[in-house]
Amino acid sequence: MNHDSYPDTYIRGILNTVKTVAMVGFSPNTTRPSYFVFKYLLERGFKVIPINPGQAGKEFLGQTCYAALNDVPEPIDMVDIFRASEHVMPIVEDALKLQPKPQVIWTQLTVRNDEAAAVAEAAGLKVVMNRCPKIEYGRLSSEISWMGINSRTLSNKRAQNLGGGFQRMGLGEAGGKKND
Amino acid sequence: MADAERIPGFDTLAIHAGAKPDPTTGARATPIYQTASYVFDDVDHAASLFGLQAFGNIYTRIGNPTCAVLEERVAALEGGTAGLAVASGHAAQVLVMQALLMPGDEFIASRKLYGGSINQFNHAFKSFGWNVVWADPDDISSFERAVTPKTKAIFVESIANPGGTVTDLEPIGAIARKAGVPFIVDNTLATPYLCKPIDFGADIVVHSLTKFLGGHGNSIGGIIIDAGTFNWSRDKKYPMLCEPRPEYAGIVLHETFGNFAFAIACRVLGLRDLGPALSPFNAFLISTGIETLPLRMQRHCDNALAVADFLSTHPNVAWVSYGGLAGDKYHGLAKKYVPKGCGAVMTVGLKGGYDAGVKLVSNVKLFSHLANIGDTKSLIIHPASTTHRQLSDEQKTKAGAGPDVVRLSIGIEDKADIIADLDQGLRA
Repeated sequence: MNHDSYPDTYIRGILNTVKTVAMVGFSPNTTRPSYFVFKYLLERGFKVIPINPGQAGKEFLGQTCYAALNDVPEPIDMVDIFRASEHVMPIVEDALKLQPKPQVIWTQLTVRNDEAAAVAEAAGLKVVMNRCPKIEYGRLSSEISWMGINSRTLSNKRAQNLGGGFQRMGLGEAGGKKND
Repeated sequence: MADAERIPGFDTLAIHAGAKPDPTTGARATPIYQTASYVFDDVDHAASLFGLQAFGNIYTRIGNPTCAVLEERVAALEGGTAGLAVASGHAAQVLVMQALLMPGDEFIASRKLYGGSINQFNHAFKSFGWNVVWADPDDISSFERAVTPKTKAIFVESIANPGGTVTDLEPIGAIARKAGVPFIVDNTLATPYLCKPIDFGADIVVHSLTKFLGGHGNSIGGIIIDAGTFNWSRDKKYPMLCEPRPEYAGIVLHETFGNFAFAIACRVLGLRDLGPALSPFNAFLISTGIETLPLRMQRHCDNALAVADFLSTHPNVAWVSYGGLAGDKYHGLAKKYVPKGCGAVMTVGLKGGYDAGVKLVSNVKLFSHLANIGDTKSLIIHPASTTHRQLSDEQKTKAGAGPDVVRLSIGIEDKADIIADLDQGLRA
């Protein structure tokens, strides 16, 4: 995968497939980017498991926080990393020891470690780096367009309303067709 | 689109960017969401919106779905990451500078600007403690010499109003990069159809949407485009972007919103607190205008070049300033930055001086005598007695608006009719 530019089909495929996301480097501070993403992905129907050794055992928005990936008692589809680039490799190594293995390693804006990405890809995982899943979900669902952001998408189909409110959009088209 | 990875062309973006079918009704034209406010799904949703944790609509002073279509469309046409539409081009400049400057700071601006901007920078902005330092676009080194530790931005127009002169964007952008400040380009006269300043180093693009983008002289509006290129956190010079914001319980906008943080800052700090929101109805008219921008803009340019050619040999005309003319001082820059045409605005020096200017605006029958540019209609004004009246004679001449100067904005009527009207007006 070319990590400078991801096709929308690749990102959309990942967000349509993964259900359980472990968030390494989660902050309980409600104004930090990790908390924004945590809350947003929960609201969009993902199961999000916070990982932070200093907060282990506590609950945030009903989700139990764990100290490390291998403490999580259920399968993880995607590991979302909110740590600086130099800390990514050990997290990927931990992720690859999980049974079953996760399908995706995702690192947040400004976080990129090509060596760790190569290790994960060699083990059959998909990798996304220097992106935010909240921004990508918002972009591909058209929600982000409400903020004047260039979604870099055109469509002749209505966006899908997720229900449960007016301002929650999904990644498919109206009528239930799942894109890609 | 069938091929999801195909990059759409400019003309396609002008029609489709930002405007998917309405999610609620399926309306294919962009609906006019003429509402002040939006119902929250529940208390938690409201809290998420106010805390910037969710994307969505709260109140039309901060965002509106019709305005958002316009914002995304112009952002796409300029190749930027995000847009913020506001009540006027002047309002766009206020919000940009308010996000960048603290009282006592400086910004460098080209001397060759729209007279209204010269007034805004010299007077209103100085009363906020935002100090303009003027530089000469014909002497690029004057920008470099103007840089001080207080400099927070460099501001130019791509094609400068009123003289149809073209600014050498690349070297000025390089000076901004070296100084570690954003390069702001007002792209009103060129529009992204003729020039995309981001390709030449702009970090922020602003427009008066009232002109060629809207195109029909029916709505006032402005827009800020974030190129997503500037690193707001590097030198810690821009507290609105790189420091915890007390307005939002300590959120740091750059780390939270990445490469569209500037547009978000202008929205959630500037627009929210200063208030120059665009009417959704104006946004609808301007977005509709943009659908035909490529067709109109080419016709504007073709007509303008024909008019400039005609006037340059007219017995009552001393000179024509239009970068599209082969012999013009700015023709080389025009070929580089605006190869499809040099826009529709030019200035003409009349042999009869101030009185001849006043006479011409009175004699024309097709041209409208008014203070605007970028209408489908041909427009004329004598800057020395109107738009540039408040400037000193020296400032007028430096801005390309001396007493003998008439400014034309060439419309998209039949060019033979435009030329005939000017000829009879000059000879009458």
